Amino acid sequence: MHEEDEFGESGVVKRFMYVNRKAPYGTIYALECLEMILIAAAFDQDVSVVFADDGVYQLKKGQDTKAVNMKNFSPTYRALDDYDVEKIYVEKESLEARGLSADDLVIPVEVVAAADLVEIMAAQDVVLSS
Amino acid sequence: MAYQMNGTSVETDEEGYITDISLWSKDLADLIAQDENIDMTDDHWEVVNFLRDYYEEYQIAPAIRVLTKAVKKSLGPDKGNSKYLYELFPYGPAKQACKIAGLPKPTGCI
Repeated sequence: MHEEDEFGESGVVKRFMYVNRKAPYGTIYALECLEMILIAAAFDQDVSVVFADDGVYQLKKGQDTKAVNMKNFSPTYRALDDYDVEKIYVEKESLEARGLSADDLVIPVEVVAAADLVEIMAAQDVVLSS
Repeated sequence: MAYQMNGTSVETDEEGYITDISLWSKDLADLIAQDENIDMTDDHWEVVNFLRDYYEEYQIAPAIRVLTKAVKKSLGPDKGNSKYLYELFPYGPAKQACKIAGLPKPTGCI
């Protein structure tokens, strides 16, 4: 378990980016990635999160998972703020292709064009795609 | 392992967290607390209830740093600090209080 100051003092902070490309249910990728994000944040890493392709559906408001018998974990994205994860990007093209806008999402995000995302991605130490 | 409550058996995982959150009750919490050598006072309950509300809203048990910050925001700095929380739950407030609250192990705990 992560106790205050026990691990944080070692001082190695890397820029981790997590790229979510898959729909939230049907596979375990989205939920597992969210857990990775929270763990990295709990260990005081510099975390960025990207939602692109069908990954933008992970943030869609009004998810009802009764029929697929999986826990609706979309409320957990709202805890990212408590974990000090503030760099949350959604790819503009993916959002628009699905007829969505930032208002359809459960948390405030920065909508970024693919071309600009490339630069943000290039500045990371580690990029994990799921 | 399992707890026996009014004739029904409540299963836990290998670390003692109950596996079916819907089977939680205040009586069960007292039983788990006994196992943790904790005498539940109103102050303990305040933290346990806070965690249950947090889980209800966000569907996760928060890591200790997040718990401390959230408690500070909602109950004030006298309670939102690790000294206060460790006095109540000496083996780790997030860990022990979550166990008593019937929640999974906090996300961000190794």
